[in-house]
Amino acid sequence: MAAALDASEGLSLRRRASGALHRRPAARALLLLSPPAAWFVGLYLAALGVLFVSAFWRVDGFTGEVVHSWTLDNFRTLLSEPTYRTIALRTIGIAAAVTVTDAILALPFAYYAARVAPRRLSRALFVAVLLPLWTSYLVRVYAWRLILARDGILNWGLDHVGLGSLNVAYSNIAMWIVFSYIWLPFMIMPVWAAIERVPDSLLEASADMGARGFTTFRRVLLPLVLPGLAAGSIFTFSLTLGDFITPTLVGGAGSDFIGNVVYRSVGVANDVPFAAAFAVVPVVVMGAYLLLARRLGAFEAL
Amino acid sequence: MTTFLDKPSGPPAAIAITLAVLGLLISACGGSSGGGGGKASNLPTKIGRGEGQLNVIAWEGYTQPQWVKPFERQTGCQVHSKYAGSSDEMVTLMRQGGGSQYDLVSASGDASLRLIRGGNVKPVNVSLIPGWRDFIPQLKSPAHNTVDGKHYGVSLQWGPNTLLYNTSKVGGSPSSWSVLYDPRYRGQITVPDNPIQIADAALYLSKTQPSLGIKDPYELTDKQLGAAVDLLKRQRPLIKKYWALASDEIDLFKNGDAVVGASWPYQTITLQGDKVPVKDLIPREGATGWADTWMLSSRARHPNCAYMWMRWVSTPKVQAQQAISFGETPANTKACSFMDRIQKGACAKYHANAPATYFNSIRFWKTPVSDCGGGQTCTDYTEWQRRWTQVKG
Amino acid sequence: MVHGRGARLALAAWSAAIVAFLALPIVLIAVYAFNPSNVQSWPLHGLSTKWFSSTFANGEMRDALWLSVRAALIATTIALVLGSLAAFAVHRFRFFGRETVSLVLVLPLALPGIITGMALNSLFAFGGIDFSLVTIVVGHATFCIVVVYNNVLARLRRTEGSLVEASMDLGADGWTTFRLVTLPLISTSLVAGGLLAFALSFDEVIVTTFTAGAQNTLPLWIFGQIRLGQRLPQVNVVVLVVVAMTLVPVILAQRLTRETGVLRR
Repeated sequence: MAAALDASEGLSLRRRASGALHRRPAARALLLLSPPAAWFVGLYLAALGVLFVSAFWRVDGFTGEVVHSWTLDNFRTLLSEPTYRTIALRTIGIAAAVTVTDAILALPFAYYAARVAPRRLSRALFVAVLLPLWTSYLVRVYAWRLILARDGILNWGLDHVGLGSLNVAYSNIAMWIVFSYIWLPFMIMPVWAAIERVPDSLLEASADMGARGFTTFRRVLLPLVLPGLAAGSIFTFSLTLGDFITPTLVGGAGSDFIGNVVYRSVGVANDVPFAAAFAVVPVVVMGAYLLLARRLGAFEAL
Repeated sequence: MTTFLDKPSGPPAAIAITLAVLGLLISACGGSSGGGGGKASNLPTKIGRGEGQLNVIAWEGYTQPQWVKPFERQTGCQVHSKYAGSSDEMVTLMRQGGGSQYDLVSASGDASLRLIRGGNVKPVNVSLIPGWRDFIPQLKSPAHNTVDGKHYGVSLQWGPNTLLYNTSKVGGSPSSWSVLYDPRYRGQITVPDNPIQIADAALYLSKTQPSLGIKDPYELTDKQLGAAVDLLKRQRPLIKKYWALASDEIDLFKNGDAVVGASWPYQTITLQGDKVPVKDLIPREGATGWADTWMLSSRARHPNCAYMWMRWVSTPKVQAQQAISFGETPANTKACSFMDRIQKGACAKYHANAPATYFNSIRFWKTPVSDCGGGQTCTDYTEWQRRWTQVKG
Repeated sequence: MVHGRGARLALAAWSAAIVAFLALPIVLIAVYAFNPSNVQSWPLHGLSTKWFSSTFANGEMRDALWLSVRAALIATTIALVLGSLAAFAVHRFRFFGRETVSLVLVLPLALPGIITGMALNSLFAFGGIDFSLVTIVVGHATFCIVVVYNNVLARLRRTEGSLVEASMDLGADGWTTFRLVTLPLISTSLVAGGLLAFALSFDEVIVTTFTAGAQNTLPLWIFGQIRLGQRLPQVNVVVLVVVAMTLVPVILAQRLTRETGVLRR
């Protein structure tokens, strides 16, 4: 009806514009892309640019003003003092440990939820995994203090079972446990989705050809799930790499992360140039990791 | 489907180049954002109408509902507090966002001069604060908040950094700071996560190693700083956690993870209120401490509410309430009787009527600077911050 | 595919353990909302509801909660619009720098939050922009965009382009096609992406620390209370109520996004 009216009264502005755009794909692309591009380039990338350029400046000690004089001092300090190397290695090491832990924890769960569990249970499991994300991150980490404390729940439980008590509170082990806990849903989701996409027929064919469970897992399922694992690992690795709140809350004396030093430099010492210089480390590490993850197909599985 | 794998080096290189170009362009156009906004303009002669809001940066426990709620009711100024655990944080917060985010900051002596020099705070008219007249003489115009006769704030309260210990786990009554360096309590000690802790180590060394010649724990030569840092590095394996938040220390003691540590009276009071067997004291080597000032931001958006607040917390009753709540000593001499009314014996307990010798025995926080007189070069605060990261790392 | 009984039991046990692991802190939070003492310790000495009334009466908490809701709503809206636009552009056209778009959009999430926070903080300070709801929203929207983008793009890839062509063949112009054909097709991905974006924004603390100035969002308020250590049960109460309230939308969202079916058995 509307089309008939249009034809009789000539084309309206809207239809003419729509037609014109339809004939010019480039214009449509530009129209679609400019708002997000403007946002990202004008705000985010510009901000990043200024930040990393400031790594080459320094700050006046007493007044706290950033002095725009070019210097490599920040990088020199970072490379010469072993403290920063220790901190960087500790951060990367724990991030890797958390990633591996979460992968191991997530795989059997995701397999069960995606393929074995009845549909109702599967849906309930999905909610169970999502719900922690809606509970405040800060408060969940803080709850772990209670669990891991010397007089806390973990030791109370171990004591009752007769296993004595552990001294894991405020340590790197505590951080590893808490990080693995916090980012687990981020690993489970993409792995679950990846396992879902594997057609039944492939697994059945493998079994038909005589492969036992573990062999099927290793040679058929795992390669197909790898993109999901890679996608999940991007989150667990990068989120651990940049975090400073969990080390503050559950870390101990020797638990400083890159994020802590950066945060203290900015939020406490107001030395943004130094913070920016140290922040280059996680950026470089993440950049390398993203390239690797992309090769493994992570971006399609996000 | 996608062309991701086609050009492995393309996108990241393009991004990096874009970032670099953008960054250089922007930084080339702009200048540095100045922090020195307020020159000493005319001081107000009376307090105008409240603006309805007040943003403050405060130590944990300095804005308890007990005295904030009556203030809000009387003046209509809604108080928003941002807690900071160290002077560094306070200075940074004050400078953030052009300096107009917050109106007041309860700065200790090691932050106040930095804020004054940086132009982040402006002078106040103390004649508008009646309580000021009753302050102890040492805190009316102390060097850390009065420069060239101009008052850059109103003194608030003061107190020592104490030694906190669990009476059921630590035998006897530790009379020396040495207990914090004692391997017997390995993994059960906690001290503040704050570069100014170096002064505590220096104070300890000034008594135990007089040969180092430390006279003022905030004026340390490179050699003296090195000695203090060495001591702290030896202490590091004994530390369970460096507390950054007051609740850190409270949790550490409450849940059995620490039995001895350096502390503020706020933690002692909270723990005792929760029936944890702790006590605190000042060891024989003396203690560092803090004398706090409410300072007015040079670009405060709610100056009238700010003056009303300064006036309110300087009254004897509020001074008493805060002193008892936090465990510190009020600047107002008239607070003593109010303290005893709220809690019997509080006035003597928190040294509100102590002689000047007690005041002088505390080494109040001040910013280490490189020019320490007598032709000597001392280490400045940036150096302290760097060394502190090394100690902890 | 049939699994042996042993395998099924083992997998079920593992999954139960994982669910218990995920739920433990949340159960603790719920229980400790009834903690009579104001310091958190184990064991709990009795239960008390005394904190509920003081929490709801706490003006600072209500302000923080309202600010968080507002910021999350606005950031999600921006993310929905910008993320969809980017997804359409990438899906429909081949242009120079196409692969870069995905990489750039994921940067705010892939790079540590502290870097995004610092960068935006410096930019605002540099531009003399006051910290306010606007700066908070800018920070949140920046990392929420990729969440919507991924969801919409994945959905677009699963739809048939022929539907759009058919619609146009039938005489609908671009806008009508979008409204009546495309939008319904991607609606579930918009809902899923929007909900996830809302959740990310609502609970975000690191970037917000650097972009918030004197206001408190809920996570910032929570952090302040954690610092104080004297009113923690109030925090538990708030979190408990928020979780209870979000249970319904989460279940709904899960229903919607699972409707495409599962490749199984």
